[in-house]
Amino acid sequence: MTVLSLGIVRGLAGQLIGSALGIGVSVAVRVAMGLPLEVKEGAIVVGILVGAMGFMIGVGALTDWSKWMLGIETPLRLGPPEGKPSWTRYFGVDYSHKIIGIQYGVTSMVLLFLAGLLALTFRVELTTPGLQFLDNHTYNTIMSTHGIAMIAAMLVGVGAMANYLTPLMIGTSDMVFPRLNAFGFWINVPAALLIGTSMYVGGWDTGWTAYAPLSVNAPLGMQFVLLGVFLIGLSSILGSINVIVTVLHRRTPGMHFFRMPIFVWSVLATSIIAFSATQLIGLSFLMVSAERALGMTFFSPVLSPGAVAVGSPAGQVLLFQNLFWFYSHPAVYVFILPGLGIISELLPVFSRKPLFGYKWVALSSMAIALMGFFVWGHHMFTSGMLEGLRIPFMVTTMLIAVPTGVKFFSWIATLWGGKISLQTPMLFVLGAISIFLIGGLTGPPNGVSVSDLFLHDTYYIVGHFHAAMFGGFIFPFIAAIYYWFPKITGRMYDEGLGKLHFWLMTPGFWLQSLAMARVGLLGMRRRIADWDPGLGIETGQLMITIAGFAIGISMLIFLANLIISAVRGRVASPNPWQSRSPEFQIPSPIPEHSYAQPPVITGEPYDYAEPDSVYVSMSPASSAAD
Amino acid sequence: MSVATTTLSQYRAQLRSNRLGLWLFFISELFLFGGLLISRFYLWGGTRPDLDQRLGLIVTSILLLSSFFMYLAEVGAEHENRRLFLFSLIMTALLGTAFLLGVVIFEWGGEIRPWDGAFGAILYGMTGMHALHVASGIVLILIVAYNGLRGRYTAERHWGVEACAIYWHYVDVVWIFFYPAIYLMGTVPT
Ligand code: HEM
Ligand SMILES: [Cu+2]
Repeated sequence: MTVLSLGIVRGLAGQLIGSALGIGVSVAVRVAMGLPLEVKEGAIVVGILVGAMGFMIGVGALTDWSKWMLGIETPLRLGPPEGKPSWTRYFGVDYSHKIIGIQYGVTSMVLLFLAGLLALTFRVELTTPGLQFLDNHTYNTIMSTHGIAMIAAMLVGVGAMANYLTPLMIGTSDMVFPRLNAFGFWINVPAALLIGTSMYVGGWDTGWTAYAPLSVNAPLGMQFVLLGVFLIGLSSILGSINVIVTVLHRRTPGMHFFRMPIFVWSVLATSIIAFSATQLIGLSFLMVSAERALGMTFFSPVLSPGAVAVGSPAGQVLLFQNLFWFYSHPAVYVFILPGLGIISELLPVFSRKPLFGYKWVALSSMAIALMGFFVWGHHMFTSGMLEGLRIPFMVTTMLIAVPTGVKFFSWIATLWGGKISLQTPMLFVLGAISIFLIGGLTGPPNGVSVSDLFLHDTYYIVGHFHAAMFGGFIFPFIAAIYYWFPKITGRMYDEGLGKLHFWLMTPGFWLQSLAMARVGLLGMRRRIADWDPGLGIETGQLMITIAGFAIGISMLIFLANLIISAVRGRVASPNPWQSRSPEFQIPSPIPEHSYAQPPVITGEPYDYAEPDSVYVSMSPASSAAD
Repeated sequence: MSVATTTLSQYRAQLRSNRLGLWLFFISELFLFGGLLISRFYLWGGTRPDLDQRLGLIVTSILLLSSFFMYLAEVGAEHENRRLFLFSLIMTALLGTAFLLGVVIFEWGGEIRPWDGAFGAILYGMTGMHALHVASGIVLILIVAYNGLRGRYTAERHWGVEACAIYWHYVDVVWIFFYPAIYLMGTVPT
């Protein structure tokens, strides 16, 4: 076996060759047209895109489709590749949703760690006033890359949970479009590399929001980020179409909509947002990219120097913000809906009680998904948008609290009087609820336009959304990893290390978000390398940094736990949590084809209080099948 | 889809999912084209650049006509009428290419350049994104024609033809919204 037989290595080679080819050809065309030999940004755009294509060809994600075009049949290759050790499956194109789910998960963790490292770097800088070891531009680059890499990590993490769990939970063997699934995963890899590269090609300084016209004038790194995010968006769109069709068409007999595990509902809701709204971040980033490369004046309020006077109006800055937030507000629900789904999924298991108000919780996900499309203006209260729109956007923003509140009440009612056992996954679920509460309570003051005029662009906002994202996604994601770890590996994680992880991370996070909100209220601005010592926020800044390191260390413990336990952990029983969900009724690690026969659903998913009731029957009773 | 290895009922189940998947993709793309349309109204408002009206009418008619041939091609595939199928397919591709040349050579050859303010940006943005879809549609048609020539489609199994046809009609319908937005609405500033 050679290195080149690993798909990812071939992919990387393909990306290098493709990029060089794209740039080379563009420059050659320029010269042929009689223009001076110069590498303009347009050539780099071509290089980036051809490079990404090169990666996909190299890794082999396009092989089957190309053969189909030539009329060659390609049966779906399942199981470990022939003549290679089975671990190589994870490093190349594989069509099993369980492999792809793990690939997504590991990629997400890698991004999470790298982006976390960036955060710790600039937090050290921010601990004391004045500039210590970063200059302004480097600070901006690191801060911006931290933000966008975290967004990418979360999107990829959503992909991990959606891909691994959805088919298992609806009792089917795989996603409906396995090749599309593999394509959707692999496109993230060149995209993530582009985002990483951005730091070394001039950096960029706009923050994750890439507001034009700042992004139009930013250094070259910006272009890498714009296109990298565009490709990640493509992955989101394709992945969510796959999820929607799978959930609609591949449910096992008896599993009608209101008998699906609640997590499946939340993934469905998330996919509805992701497959539609994502187009608009793609479009807006593409427009910035074109404005940079070709001078197409979408957003800049002045005409380009070379513009011929044809009576044309100039671009408009607010157009970017509208397009961007039309995706990026719903995007926050793309992260948190699966997270909240995990909370609702795990609470009944660890309280041995039915999920309170199952139908309402299911429908609240849908309501959040739909209402999320009508609130984007709350990010623009201070932007100079039409004044008459402030009140409507304020009202819609407040209304979303209703379906979100439904979930909170359901969680509390589910816990109430339950036989609660506090193993690590449950601890993280409870931690998630506590932190999401902070995020949820700090939100409304931003949503009320009068108070937002004061809060906007302060560290208070940073505190708000970190709490919302940690509580809504990161904590549930960690809970999910602990919870399904025995299912995935067949071994148990170490409970002691898990508890240590929790007790370091959770108070750390409480401290961090409250301190962020506090320094923000005292006048600390966001996205700035230096601050005024007169603000009197030394203690607050120090606490944020210390908390950041506590979280970082706790994540290292987490990583060590996962790696050690995967190799040496105690062998786990197939259903260590006495869960009723279909995937816990089959052996661990899950066999290649998951279910020997399609399981039949004969009852309600969360009747934990009634030991005799059956949800999944594994050997299909002919009478029960519908 | 592989032809021989799947049974007809498997093929039909997959077909149902393929159709849904394709339609979801179209809905998704609606947001892309919708975003461009919104940008047009945001930036141009009640104005529009001075474009060659005759050219607009001609390319639009060509594209509409191509959709008619695409329909014939699908009918041909459904009835296993190879001649009708292939002839109409090639006609569609030719008309599509004519449309594309009309846009790229004549429309883009006019006096407005991409960097000429919002007129240039939106004009090239909208026609460019649409042309990209037409071009990929032509590539799809050529692939389908290649496989059709080798007799790989039957009355029961011709998802490739169907997908290609719906895609073509879809791109055509998008143009029906783009054309008036670019050529007809608003007044030319003097
Ligand atoms: C009760 C619910 C919530 C309300 C009322 C709310 C409201 C707001 C408002 C008005 C802003 C804009 C503040 C400004 O820039 O001045 C904001 C920012 C933000 N919110 Fe929320 N939010 C809520 C929940 C969430 C959740 C659940 C998340 C997601 C995970 C989230 C993520 C964010 C993010 C990422 C930003 C910052 C965007 C930026 O970088 O400018 N929020 N929130
Ligand atoms: Cu928002």
